Amino acid sequence: MKDVREALMVGRNTQGKLVRRPISPFMIGSAYKPQLSSMTSIFHRITGVALGLGTILLTLWLVCAAAGDGAFSIIQAVLASWIGLIILFGFTVALFYHFCNGIRHLSWDAGKGFELPDMHKSGRVVFAATLALTVIFWAIGLYIW
Amino acid sequence: MAEFTLPKNSKVGVGKTYKAPTGAKRVKEFKVYRWNPDDGKNPTTDTYEIDLDACGPMVLDAIIKIKNEIDSSLTFRRSCREGICGSCAMNIDGTNTLACLKPIDDVKGAVAINPLPHMPVVKDLVPDLTQAYAQYRSIEPWLQSETAAPPDGERLQSKEERAELDGLWECIMCFCCTTSCPSYWWNGDRYLGPAVLMAAYRWIADSRDEHTGQRLDALEDPFKLYRCHTIMNCTQTCPKGLNPAKAIGKVKQLMLERQG
Repeated sequence: MKDVREALMVGRNTQGKLVRRPISPFMIGSAYKPQLSSMTSIFHRITGVALGLGTILLTLWLVCAAAGDGAFSIIQAVLASWIGLIILFGFTVALFYHFCNGIRHLSWDAGKGFELPDMHKSGRVVFAATLALTVIFWAIGLYIW
Repeated sequence: MAEFTLPKNSKVGVGKTYKAPTGAKRVKEFKVYRWNPDDGKNPTTDTYEIDLDACGPMVLDAIIKIKNEIDSSLTFRRSCREGICGSCAMNIDGTNTLACLKPIDDVKGAVAINPLPHMPVVKDLVPDLTQAYAQYRSIEPWLQSETAAPPDGERLQSKEERAELDGLWECIMCFCCTTSCPSYWWNGDRYLGPAVLMAAYRWIADSRDEHTGQRLDALEDPFKLYRCHTIMNCTQTCPKGLNPAKAIGKVKQLMLERQG
């Protein structure tokens, strides 16, 4: 479907001749200041995509486990390599962030937490909780491993 | 659709620099977006050095000074200079606000001034708001009622019913919120945006209005209402301190409640 705003991209100059109008600068970062509001939102999206990819990885691990000793030892070696550990670390960060910010979204859906001070506080709590949960998870994980 | 860069004709180049008069002690740079439909060129950022000792305290004072004393071709909307008309809405220092309510001293370093984001530019700081106004028209922002008004007076409200409208009626339709919303940048052709949705809720919440059902029916749409993802840039930027995100949240709740 064509964007109906296209019609507004054409204007007239002083002589009445048609001219193509520019679109005003907009992107977060270059034109719009990054704020807690937009940052928590964009991280929610990015971590959502990352969780999709992580779930594929989890499925791959399960498939390898089902396939037999050879395949399982390969996937175990890959995931235990430093690059595998970085990917797993990213997966857990994404999981905990998406989980915590998801609760924040549920509270908004219930009509709570819309005031600016509440929104700022809950945003900071989400970041702190993500950090805490990730550290605890890896401390326990590495201790057991 | 999501887009992350400006089209070729919208990329902003470096423009002219206007130096401060010699002897000026408190000089501040103003980097102002310029686009002239008559010269066939891309937009530029012109730099104006202003002596703050010879300028009023607000950003609007500075751009009026630029227009009066340095460059009369600078084009922008302004009227009331006290935050009630909503004309001088623009992007200042990376957030949308009213130039008349924004103190120059609030900005560290150079003051970047751009038109409201992701809008077609008519000239310089003047965006084309046709789309936003058409969307406002589409929610039928007037009282609708089947019951006739009392023949001898107004339709009365209790104090509690009237209080429901506080924080809604104060909106001046400057569209700072709407143009701060990434969702509106990308889906503004079909998503109504925070200002218009809050205006819709203002009539939904009005005890005298009897068309609540029809109003909700009109918003029941994956794009018109549900492109709001509670990013909350709208509430963050509102120069009147209102809360469009909360109003949209209430509309979403009413949608759920009536499903039973």
